[in-house]
Amino acid sequence: MIRTNEIGAPPGLLKRAAMFDVQKIRQDFPILNQKVHGRPLIYLDNAATSQKPQAVIDTITRYYLEQNANIHRGVHYLSEWATRAYEESRLKAQRFLNATDAREIIFVRGATEAINLVAHSYGLKYITAGDEILISAIEHHSNIVPWQMLCQTTGAILRVAPMNDQGELLLDEYERLLGPRTKLVSLVHVSNALGSLNPIKAMVAMARRWNARVMVDGAQAAPHLAIDVQELDCDFYTFSGHKVFGPTGIGVLYGKREWLEQMPPYQGGGDMIISVSFEKTEYNHLPFKFEAGTPHIAGAIGLGAALDYVNQIGLDTIARYEHDLLAYATEAVAAIPGLRLIGTAREKAGVLGFVLDGVHAHDIGTVLDHAGIAIRAGHHCAMPVMKRLGVPATARASLAFYNTKEEIDALVQGIYKVKEMFD
Amino acid sequence: MSDLGELYQQVILDHNKRPRNFRRLEEANHRADGHNPLCGDQLTVYLQMEGDVIRDIAFHGAGCAISKASASLMTESVKGKTKLEAEQIFEKMHKLLTGDPCALVETGGLGKLAVFSGVCEFPVRVKCASLAWHTLRAALEQIKEAVSTE
Ligand SMILES: Cc1ncc(COP(=O)(O)O)c(C=O)c1O
Repeated sequence: MIRTNEIGAPPGLLKRAAMFDVQKIRQDFPILNQKVHGRPLIYLDNAATSQKPQAVIDTITRYYLEQNANIHRGVHYLSEWATRAYEESRLKAQRFLNATDAREIIFVRGATEAINLVAHSYGLKYITAGDEILISAIEHHSNIVPWQMLCQTTGAILRVAPMNDQGELLLDEYERLLGPRTKLVSLVHVSNALGSLNPIKAMVAMARRWNARVMVDGAQAAPHLAIDVQELDCDFYTFSGHKVFGPTGIGVLYGKREWLEQMPPYQGGGDMIISVSFEKTEYNHLPFKFEAGTPHIAGAIGLGAALDYVNQIGLDTIARYEHDLLAYATEAVAAIPGLRLIGTAREKAGVLGFVLDGVHAHDIGTVLDHAGIAIRAGHHCAMPVMKRLGVPATARASLAFYNTKEEIDALVQGIYKVKEMFD
Repeated sequence: MSDLGELYQQVILDHNKRPRNFRRLEEANHRADGHNPLCGDQLTVYLQMEGDVIRDIAFHGAGCAISKASASLMTESVKGKTKLEAEQIFEKMHKLLTGDPCALVETGGLGKLAVFSGVCEFPVRVKCASLAWHTLRAALEQIKEAVSTE
């Protein structure tokens, strides 16, 4: 049976933060309890996508079993229920980012779509030939290509703030690149290839002096640290649901209301209008103006369940646990002869990149896979980072709060096995 | 289940560690670059053609064990062969690497190259093993632009 009080977070769920028992947490993730190539799965590819807790799986299953309906249009029971659950998820996302207003939360497919939305809608309206867009050397392709496309269309110029060999952005270089022509800055919060955590608040403040808008790609930050868009004072922020233990195909774009109000719609269709005639169409209010068509309703509701789950543990607890785990992993892996860490910024989250003398990352990935260990090998959609560091590819172990020190030990053993094999 | 030893056979590990004909061939009259952007594998194949015969062949570049060993073994297998013969080996290799089901593929005539019969069990690695061969074909045809497996 469906009762209205099932929409919100269960009452006892909110504050249970202090204790962190990783073995108990692992039981919430059924996928972790399996063997791969005959070995217990060790999932260290969380930066690519995270696993889903039972609560998220159940929420989505229950939605399709009992609650499925289209939203914002039906007058019937199920439609009203689905609409309320969908909008409840928006409120959860608002709280997750500490946005002032739920209308500032737009549901999108993921970080990629959010960046494209801003590039199209804000970019095409406000950016013209000779303007400058500033990004950084450690961006994911999804925070490079949309801006290149915008530059091609408008004649704007793309500038890139450099990094040092550790993978830290050079703040004085960044500051020097800002200027009266800088209209928009788009920066990754946490780098997926290197793990570097950028000082976004300070970088936003610098951009403010030139009255430039700032977009933040939080795809790799949201799973690891508490985010407060008011504190950061950024104009746009995005994250993907699938990297914060929610479903694929759903993500969030936060935008300051003053900009979103002025921006034209990204796509046209149903839901994003108030009235349509062949002579004149009136666009809907925020946030619906940016949500044309039937959205990923199950995804949004599933994302709400994921955010509940994460909040229940507490992002501060998660950050503390992962900080220790990353320090442990860094020390253990760095001690392997012939191994070089890639990405050694002082401030990092979640990512351990490395290369091994004489062994290509791809071979590392295949051999570890046969030990049940899932990592990623390649350029991590950050080809400019690889080029800057002079490596064709890296191996990357990326952590989540359900990973353990024992798993790191197995990773280290696995790397020794790789060395032995290719020696 | 795929077995790691089937992929990384001793011959492959050996050719990875000590690739044969691994140098820039100054006298080459044909060459082509191959690139597998997904892995970052990059290699150049050099040919010294005498009429239709591959008088000498060499390769250079960086890549995973599979791509390097494949290039190394390829140079050994086509050196001294005619263009037509090289293309026939290419066809056989192609079938071997993409064979379905793996076990039934004809490896006759491939000699040492049969060590790549395990690769088809590892779909993501097929491109690694075939990069050198596509690059060889481009060099034979003297296609100017770089070959990409993407
Ligand atoms: C830093 C960063 N930005 C953006 C993205 C793109 O996210 P999505 O593919 O979910 O749109 C990713 C995904 O890997 C990422 O790591």
